[in-house]
Amino acid sequence: MTLALPDPESLCAELVRQLKPHVNAETALVGIHTGGAWLAQRLHEALGITLPMGVLDISFYRDDFDKTGLHPQIKPTRIPFDVDGRHIVLVDDVLYTGRTVRGAMNELFDYGRPASISLAVLIDRGGRELPVAAQYVGARLEVPTNLMLVLDLNENGKLRLKLDA
Amino acid sequence: MHNPQLNKKGELQHLLSLEGLPREILTDMLDTAASFVGVTAREVKKVPLLRGKSVFNLFFEASTRTRTTFEIAAKRLSADVINLNIAVSSHTKGETVLDTVDNLSAMHADMFVVRHAQSGAPYLIANHVASHLHVINAGDGRHAHPTQGLLDLYTIRHYKKDFTRLSVAIVGDVLHSRVARSLIHGLTLMGTPDLRVIGPMTLIPTGVEKLGVRVFHDMAAGLRDVDVVVMLRLQNERMRGALLSSAQEFFKYYGLTQEKLALAKPDAIVMHPGPLNRGVEIDSAVADGPHAVILSQVTFGIAVRMAVMSTLAGN
Repeated sequence: MTLALPDPESLCAELVRQLKPHVNAETALVGIHTGGAWLAQRLHEALGITLPMGVLDISFYRDDFDKTGLHPQIKPTRIPFDVDGRHIVLVDDVLYTGRTVRGAMNELFDYGRPASISLAVLIDRGGRELPVAAQYVGARLEVPTNLMLVLDLNENGKLRLKLDA
Repeated sequence: MHNPQLNKKGELQHLLSLEGLPREILTDMLDTAASFVGVTAREVKKVPLLRGKSVFNLFFEASTRTRTTFEIAAKRLSADVINLNIAVSSHTKGETVLDTVDNLSAMHADMFVVRHAQSGAPYLIANHVASHLHVINAGDGRHAHPTQGLLDLYTIRHYKKDFTRLSVAIVGDVLHSRVARSLIHGLTLMGTPDLRVIGPMTLIPTGVEKLGVRVFHDMAAGLRDVDVVVMLRLQNERMRGALLSSAQEFFKYYGLTQEKLALAKPDAIVMHPGPLNRGVEIDSAVADGPHAVILSQVTFGIAVRMAVMSTLAGN
């Protein structure tokens, strides 16, 4: 099937435009491993943030552990700042059921009590199963439920969206 | 040959021994452990992976450190932990091991952590329990102590990165040591090229060369240029007959002192599974010195056991 997929690089620029008025050098960006971490890296540079960014791997917080077990390639979570009282922008590539964001928020709260958490995503593909909403959205896209929409980083360092069965 | 630890899909169902496991399974568990090291360093040292699961610590043989680290690991995964010190309970009233296990299974156990003085006891239990249960060997007789082997591998990888260029010497009472056996299997699986065991003839098992290790009876020769020195505890409680003349004489020939350690590489690390017998197998100056990573082993041991438990529970 063919589905016109937007160019992530231009969606990234759109996110920068939306985020710019709401961030400063001390804003805490936290990317969700893996796609969200690549994206957060781009945003971190483009927005001129000096506070080091964080990376979350939510494998230990997934709600489908009983069904799927542990994913073999778990990356360490790194939160290189004090979460208490901080405004945090959580960054992910694709927002779908909202379960990943739920896991990410649970994990963040195990580091402290943030002043606020907002959510920036490259693509919102609908299909929510939890009351989760993104404040910053690169694009909204209808994707058939049988397909997985994932962000990919090629060897030239270019981001690319692709559909997996 | 079918490995009794693996399920039909080839995933780890029980952890009974490192022997014969695919290298990939070991590497995945070490990588997962690295993520858990991060968890144990933060303010809330808990993740919800094993919430609602019951882990039973079945210790048919006394242990403080291993039991405690398993308990902490399970609690940091949010499991409920029940400690049974069976050495002083129903076992002495005549109940068989499998009857004990059946009773605990009827209490809806999800995982058994088993230590037993008899080699093979955890295999007996693993073969007996229902297929949704998981068994971890926390040390069986002289046979195996796979989580200790994994935490030793983790520690070595942490400090030395690449297993394929290392010289490792294991020193002391190899005969009674399940720690040594598990570490030898683990290091062999990870491709370590130079494995040595050092000890008096009476404490080196015959045929140990078949595991791919070189045997030394002289510390000076055996320690030369090694990257890692693993000291074993002299296991007084397992000694039968005249294997040793005296602890003092053992220390003179095989105790690790700074002078002997100087023969190893300048950046060598010194490991010990604990508990330490200071002045028997290791001198205090070494145990408390800059080469010792003995307390790191303890810290890493919790993360490694969290990795083992969550890997099994997810399979």
